[in-house]
Amino acid sequence: MATDVSTIDTIYSEGTEHSKTIEIQAFGFWIYLMTDLVLFSAIFASHAVLAHNYAAGPTGKDLFNLPYTFGETMVLLFSSATCGLAMLTLQKGRKAQVLLWLAITFFLGLGFIAMEIKEFYQMIQNGHGPEKSAFLSAFFTLVGTHGVHVTFGLIWMATMMGQAAIKGLTMPVRSRLVRFSMFWHFLDIIWIGIFTFVYLMGVM
Amino acid sequence: MDQPQIDSTGAGRGSFNAYAVGFILSIILTVIAFALVMNGGLPRSAILFGLLGAAVVQMLVHLHYFLHLDGSSSARWNVLALLFTLLIMFIFVGGSIWIMLNLNYRMM
Amino acid sequence: MFGKLTFQAIPYHNPITMGAVVGAMLLGIIILVLITYFRKWPYLWNEWLTSLDPKRIGIMYIILALVMLLRGFSDAIMMRAQQALAVGASQGYLPPDHFNQIFGAHGSIMIVFMAMPFLTGLMNIVVPQQIGSRDVAFPFMNAVSLWLTAAGALLVMTSLGIGEFSKAGWSGYAPLTERQYSPGTGVDYWIWSFQIAGAASLMSGINFLVTILKMRAPGMKLMRMPMFVWTTLVTNVLMIFAFPVLTVALLLITLDRYLGMHFFTNGLGGNMMMYTNLFWIWGHPEVYIVILPAFGIFSEVVATFSRKRLFGYTSLVYATVAIMVLSFCVWLHHFFTMGAGPNVNIAFGISTMLIAVPTGVKIFNWLFTMYRGRIRFTTPMYWTLAFISTFALGGMAGVLLSVPPADFVLHNSLFLIAHFHNMLIPGTLFGFFAGYAYWFPKAFGFPLSEKWGKRAFWCWLIGFYLAFIPLYILGFMGMPRRMQHYENPAWHPYLIVAAVGTAVISVGILCLMMQLFVSIRERHARRDMTGDPWDGRTLEWATASPPAVYNFAVIPVVQDVDAFWDMKERDVAYQQPTKYHDIRMPKSTAKGLLTGGFTFLFGFSMVWYIWWLAVLSALGIVFMVINRACDDNTEYVISAGEVEKIENERYRLLASAAANRAAEGV
Repeated sequence: MATDVSTIDTIYSEGTEHSKTIEIQAFGFWIYLMTDLVLFSAIFASHAVLAHNYAAGPTGKDLFNLPYTFGETMVLLFSSATCGLAMLTLQKGRKAQVLLWLAITFFLGLGFIAMEIKEFYQMIQNGHGPEKSAFLSAFFTLVGTHGVHVTFGLIWMATMMGQAAIKGLTMPVRSRLVRFSMFWHFLDIIWIGIFTFVYLMGVM
Repeated sequence: MDQPQIDSTGAGRGSFNAYAVGFILSIILTVIAFALVMNGGLPRSAILFGLLGAAVVQMLVHLHYFLHLDGSSSARWNVLALLFTLLIMFIFVGGSIWIMLNLNYRMM
Repeated sequence: MFGKLTFQAIPYHNPITMGAVVGAMLLGIIILVLITYFRKWPYLWNEWLTSLDPKRIGIMYIILALVMLLRGFSDAIMMRAQQALAVGASQGYLPPDHFNQIFGAHGSIMIVFMAMPFLTGLMNIVVPQQIGSRDVAFPFMNAVSLWLTAAGALLVMTSLGIGEFSKAGWSGYAPLTERQYSPGTGVDYWIWSFQIAGAASLMSGINFLVTILKMRAPGMKLMRMPMFVWTTLVTNVLMIFAFPVLTVALLLITLDRYLGMHFFTNGLGGNMMMYTNLFWIWGHPEVYIVILPAFGIFSEVVATFSRKRLFGYTSLVYATVAIMVLSFCVWLHHFFTMGAGPNVNIAFGISTMLIAVPTGVKIFNWLFTMYRGRIRFTTPMYWTLAFISTFALGGMAGVLLSVPPADFVLHNSLFLIAHFHNMLIPGTLFGFFAGYAYWFPKAFGFPLSEKWGKRAFWCWLIGFYLAFIPLYILGFMGMPRRMQHYENPAWHPYLIVAAVGTAVISVGILCLMMQLFVSIRERHARRDMTGDPWDGRTLEWATASPPAVYNFAVIPVVQDVDAFWDMKERDVAYQQPTKYHDIRMPKSTAKGLLTGGFTFLFGFSMVWYIWWLAVLSALGIVFMVINRACDDNTEYVISAGEVEKIENERYRLLASAAANRAAEGV
């Protein structure tokens, strides 16, 4: 007996609807990350065009401190790893461990930002601010945009730690943490591009 | 328990080993990249290729081990979106560099 | 305390501007008084301003678009009047400063604050219903998109009375837009209104892409979607990839202006052409963003009013996807003349010529759909028929322009202006007018007057030809664009004809306003009781008019393209389901509106350098986002019993409509 299939009594169980929502939210966030990728690539393109326009001022070779950049890179990479650990403990539903790993990730991220601010501050103090040449404008903007994204990530992380602490690991909290971790890993991928194209190639 | 519900490049698909392997590989690739530049020695084009290669490989490592991108059906639209984005980036960045170099050559 | 803002910012000495400002304020006050007098504030607040229903949000988008159409059109009238007067000894009535703001405002408003809201509004109203869904993927973000767009529009309107608008055109080329050459607030208003509206469009792109890919009714495979959904999908892909580049272009010029950086400056290493490059990487996909939804609308209208399935559905899909890919590959044709070598120019010239091909495929598909169809000449069909012929003319002009040597003669002449208006008016605008007439009964439950619709149509069509064919000729005669005054008397007669054309179009606009007035007055007599006034083919015609907030009480299962027509043919179109279920819908919230409000304040304070207000309003935006992100109580339940009541009423109306038809012997 064929039921009339033009109208169907679809029964949405709580679970099915929830997982569909989570899939939709994660996919939507992935698409947002793709737009962010395009945004960064436009800034990368501008950097590529302007990278050698020193205006008789200092070059990357003069300004960049590669060991320092290596240190920043390691801090961010470690924070990516600890973020992964947070997600693993999230799978197992262990709230206290999730909070611990998120806190470590947070402080590593904060350390990264502190190192970056210090670098920027020193350059500006030495008279090599972004208004001095197109090369410097491009440098500060590209690295700075990444830093702003990381800062928003820190704010988001703090908010999530608050939510997890107060509400526990509910479905919405898990879904948001999943999206946060996507964001955090994505920023590390962008950083790979930055240390390669801006710092390492900038010194050559 | 809740495993199947946090899916589609969600954390539900990670394992400790995956993160560990990804982490170690990333460190190695970063060290390679920095060493190439800081130790000099090799000809310039070799260093550039090495840098590019290390960067691309490390990005793929992140995408697979941290963001759980693979050939599975649940990740299909995500991979497709990423591939299309990469195509667009190639057109935008490559096109921009081609155009701007051309302009600079003729107008400067 | 107030940054650069002083009372001198108000243009007291300009009677035209002050007239516009006073007129707009009076109109606003009258509207506010009327709402208060009729005690409609609670209704307005609860049902509209805080609504997350895409059908409501879509209507508000279209209202915004129509209002901004009036503003943008006023700019057009002023420009045509000026050029009809300002020849030889006469300087016309608009000094260069004012004229330059007008052409910048005209372009900015028409593209970003008329076309974008119009198409986004139609997507909001139609797409969820066409795919058999109850809602969009991210209802709150959808509301934020609306209110951010409104904030951007409000910024542009504010520039009329407080400060000035940009004199650097809608494309804002550097270094003219640098602080050195444009020290006033005009360019800043342009930057922030575009940046804010751009963010809104980006969010809409993500929203509808995910909605279409993930929320289709069971059985609606990609190749069974209505053409309007396909074109929306591709439009969203274009939005997703193009708008970030606009964000960057605007960001970099903002950094140059506010922090003295050197991306596009003359000196210290800046590269002015990089702005042009980045702007058009966005700018070209943008024009496809505004035309593709119109193509989708024409597909729907042609099929419905030819009573025939769309011819060549598969080729239409492939053509649309081809346009999607190609539109990312042609942007240099906007600056062929700016110094690139022949290799670069030819590559982009060829890609530009190629992109005419899929559009040609579409035109033939529409023609073949009409062939041997049983055509009903309704207002939407009139707009469509005029589009097919007139748009082809403009397309041919485009292919001519795509040849770089020809473009060297015609770039930035009135030929170019004629070409792109030939695309935008018969293409985009006629498409949106067709969609407006086609889906108005669905949105409101009563149709628009056919008589006034056709009158408006004839005025727009004749007016368009009168206003723009002379411009093609003037382009060949060598007249550049954006001229406040000219010496050559040979151009004068053509510009007078163009001005007459603009006057005819304004009669068309009056007809549209009359159409609304008459239709609203007659709405009870002409109530649509079935939800399907046109004998439609796609799923949106299966819902009530206006639909229940949840669209479908029971999600339909799709078996073929033209899903609703298929259901009608299998005689299962209006079967009442045996059982209803609870339906969860998003709650209304003021947070979208508040986010828009904070964003407007942010934009305004950045324009005027009121730093404390900028920081506070930015914090306000962040606070709203975090607040919403911590809110888990965002849905409400419509019980199965309530759903049953609503649906029973729907079926009662359907039955009485059927009885009426039987009584009339139809």
